[in-house]
Amino acid sequence: MTACLHLPNHSTAIPPVPDPLSAPPAKPEPRDFREGRAGFLHSWDMVTAVNGPGTRLTYFLAGCPLRCQYCHNPDTFGQDQAEQVWAEDLIRRIRRYQSSFNLTGGGLTLSGGEPLLQPAFTAGLFREAHRLGVHTCLDTSGFLGALADDQMLADIDLVLLDLKAGDESLYRQVTTQTLAPTLAFGNRLAALHKPVWIRFVLVPGLTDHPDNIRAVALKAAAWPNVARVDVLPFHQMGRHKWAELGLPYQLADTPEATREQVEQAVAIFRSQGLNCPG
Amino acid sequence: MIATETKPTVQSAYRGFKDGVWREAIDVRDFIQQNYTPYEGNADFLSGPTPKTLSVWHTLENDYLSVERKQRVYDVDTHTPADIDAFKPGYINADDDVIVGLQTDVPLKRAMMPNGGWRMVETALQEAGKEADPEVKKIFTRYRKTHNDGVFDIYTPRIRAARSSHIITGLPDAYGRGRIIGDYRRVALYGIDHLIAEKKRDKDRYIDQPFSEHWARYREEISEQIKALKKLVALGQSYGFDLTQPAVTAHEAVQWTYLAYLASVKSQDGAAMSFGRLSAFFDIYFERDLKEGTLTEDGAQEIIDALVTKLRIVRFLRTEAYDQIFSGDPYWATWSDAGFGDDGRPMVTKTSFRLLQTLRNLGPAPEPNITIFWNKNLPLGYREFCAAISIETSAIQYESDEHIRSHWGDDAAIACCVSPMKVGKQMQLFGARVNAAKSLLYAINGGRDEVTGKQIVTGYEPIKGDGPLNFEEVWQKYDDMLTWVVGTYVEALNIIHYCHDRYAYEAVEMALHDSEITRTMGCGIAGLSIVADSLSAIRYAKVTPIRDETGLVVDYKTEGSYPIYGNDDDRADELAKLVVRTVMDKIRAIKLYRDAIPTQSILTITSNVVYGKATGAFPSGHEAGTPFSPGANPENGRDTHGMLASMFSVGKISYDDALDGISLTNTITPQALGQNKPERVSNLVGILDAGMQEGLYHANINVLNKETLEDAVDHPEKYPNLTVRVSGYAVNFVKLTREQQLDVISRTFHKGA
Repeated sequence: MTACLHLPNHSTAIPPVPDPLSAPPAKPEPRDFREGRAGFLHSWDMVTAVNGPGTRLTYFLAGCPLRCQYCHNPDTFGQDQAEQVWAEDLIRRIRRYQSSFNLTGGGLTLSGGEPLLQPAFTAGLFREAHRLGVHTCLDTSGFLGALADDQMLADIDLVLLDLKAGDESLYRQVTTQTLAPTLAFGNRLAALHKPVWIRFVLVPGLTDHPDNIRAVALKAAAWPNVARVDVLPFHQMGRHKWAELGLPYQLADTPEATREQVEQAVAIFRSQGLNCPG
Repeated sequence: MIATETKPTVQSAYRGFKDGVWREAIDVRDFIQQNYTPYEGNADFLSGPTPKTLSVWHTLENDYLSVERKQRVYDVDTHTPADIDAFKPGYINADDDVIVGLQTDVPLKRAMMPNGGWRMVETALQEAGKEADPEVKKIFTRYRKTHNDGVFDIYTPRIRAARSSHIITGLPDAYGRGRIIGDYRRVALYGIDHLIAEKKRDKDRYIDQPFSEHWARYREEISEQIKALKKLVALGQSYGFDLTQPAVTAHEAVQWTYLAYLASVKSQDGAAMSFGRLSAFFDIYFERDLKEGTLTEDGAQEIIDALVTKLRIVRFLRTEAYDQIFSGDPYWATWSDAGFGDDGRPMVTKTSFRLLQTLRNLGPAPEPNITIFWNKNLPLGYREFCAAISIETSAIQYESDEHIRSHWGDDAAIACCVSPMKVGKQMQLFGARVNAAKSLLYAINGGRDEVTGKQIVTGYEPIKGDGPLNFEEVWQKYDDMLTWVVGTYVEALNIIHYCHDRYAYEAVEMALHDSEITRTMGCGIAGLSIVADSLSAIRYAKVTPIRDETGLVVDYKTEGSYPIYGNDDDRADELAKLVVRTVMDKIRAIKLYRDAIPTQSILTITSNVVYGKATGAFPSGHEAGTPFSPGANPENGRDTHGMLASMFSVGKISYDDALDGISLTNTITPQALGQNKPERVSNLVGILDAGMQEGLYHANINVLNKETLEDAVDHPEKYPNLTVRVSGYAVNFVKLTREQQLDVISRTFHKGA
């Protein structure tokens, strides 16, 4: 915050507004990132019904170890273009929206990218939100689940766990990484009775084989803490981002998932006794 | 006690009602507060349409509405200047019309209302393929002076210059001003004999005072009001009702009230002819008849459906040019509902539910313009029903009960889109709006028009040199230019309302007001988001003007990033707030006609398209000739942090600087509200609760997919009833011009991440 601009001989005073020109914020040092006081942010959003219950302040943190073929935010893969932000600035916005969270049944979601790529920053934000009584939600692939310590998990009310494929070979094809860490993280969450919503992206020709869907469903059904499964139909809204980034996009010709395809997938999840709204 | 106390009809009319101040003075609010029953339950009790409802609606659709859609105007009477008693009775379907009364003798047939101005009538007739009766033309061009004639006798050169350069557009100088809500309930509650007796007493209240123009006008206006009330009695008689006495049943209460409203739309074609705040009032009568066993829920719903059917077929003779400003043939039969009473009881009744149910029973439609005074503490069953109907129809809008009640009390209603007023105690002098965005370009160019290059305003220095714009210098010049623009604008409004009172006085509407009322001057601005973003660009990025060969700045080169209004970023939002306050302070400094209270709205109706057309390019990157975003909306597509963040930004604008309302129209896709209906309902309730808590005044909510609208542009026949909310009102999408349809499609669709 800075003082008013001085306007000579003027009837209307300019109100004090934060002015980065006259008060450039200090740039974070490497240790600020290491210790979680600062982080790399891609963007933020107040969105409804997408990243957990109610209307949620969602911070999309930059950087991800996976390279999913269908990623609709490939601009979150790296951290070079991301904004360097202070945790306290993000916490100020959480405080501002606190009463809205109460009214909408919403809260804070950390998404990405992969929030667990910045474990100290993520842990600090959840810590503070939880202290404020804000409902917290981690949106993750689970690949870096080992970096979430027990204290961080205690500060998280709900985990949105992306289960992108049901076996190692397809998982590798979809994400370039291995499935095992995600399953280990899922088992750990189950042991802690931590509420989990499974998210499964239905990509025609890639993840839509009934065998794959069944394999995902069986794994999800084995975890009694899974409260819900969301089947997310693949869409092409991210296509232009791949082009802008000059990255090879393998799904350029893949059709968006149809309602019928989604319904078939939903039926498979339901047949395993899973709660699958829609 | 009222004079007619002893009449048996009065005793019968008031049976079972709790007495109060309303028995001693005309005070409908008190009657409501003493007698209404809040309803805390859900929508399960509601009834579907009866055979009569369906029969009338089908006749209307098959014989009239479908014809009108093909030819724009169904029919016009070219011989009979409109008045309360000018036409013989007409019916949609005489056997099944539960609530009767048409503006003319045939549904959808329009009438001439030449008091506003003859040219408008003649043009509208020509556009409808008709010709005026030469006798009527002679009367209104030779013998009878119109409002429009009066205004142009008085207009000053600077007003003419501002009009021709489109810095001011759409002034009510050739059409009815509207935004006056008669307290139509008074006819049902008191009967016209009593209302006339009170008016006579008021008329002579100051009889001992010495002559003054004010004194004479007071007496003359009340005389006009009494004459209008007598015509309303005759109108009732023609349909077989005795309106001299109070209504005895619920059916009569609705019928009496409707006939009073009908009298106003028979005699005035004001831009917005709003209906008021009626649900709790009607509900008292419904509850009594239900308790007495003379009415069933089916019957109650049938009455409301029949009333709403009538409110959907009001028609005025308009020109195509008028349609640019007020697109889609609207008349704003705005029906305000819900909110809280001052005593803390919710003013939600079963009739509030019945009103919303009409959108299911009759299908979606833009009128009446259903306006919910939202408060997060209203009963949950009602909030959820509102949200469900919004999701199904996109036909209702929400305004902050807290803002309205704290300023205008618990018997206020909205006129038009967002203009609140105490029913029967207050009217607005409607002022359209001034182009606040173009004013910024005038400031930079020293009063030269950026489109034509003409010098419109003299005595102001342009910004010189080719260097980047300096925020402080631009702000200083903008502030100076606004002084000229607002001064010219308000001068025009004073003239307009002086003439409107003289030549096109709304006698029947004013007869249903107290004799001494509050007036507000409803000024307004367009282009707020463009100014905010442009000022932000000048302040936080580098903006270099681009000049043509004559030195006129016609475009800007903007380098670097800057905060954008609509994303809950104080740096940009404070600039929007500052512009609103600055304009308001300038209005406040000017003496207003009839000592009106100065107010402004941030609302564009559909003038955002014409205003955009007449305006050049901006530092924000807004391109020359393209539509403004509507009302106080952020720039289309630039509020990228979600619908609530956009609501929070708009909610920062101080309501005290825009007492006539701050309009935000939002569109969200169904998927972005949730995966299924219950989730969507509960999420929409939460969004409205949270938005209003953060100061938002108005939420005009569409729940739509862009694809639906795109399909409707190409295949209008598939979507005859597709309703979208544009800017404080709803329209049939297919009635918009193609340009306006594309504007709606280009707006932000909040889709989630």
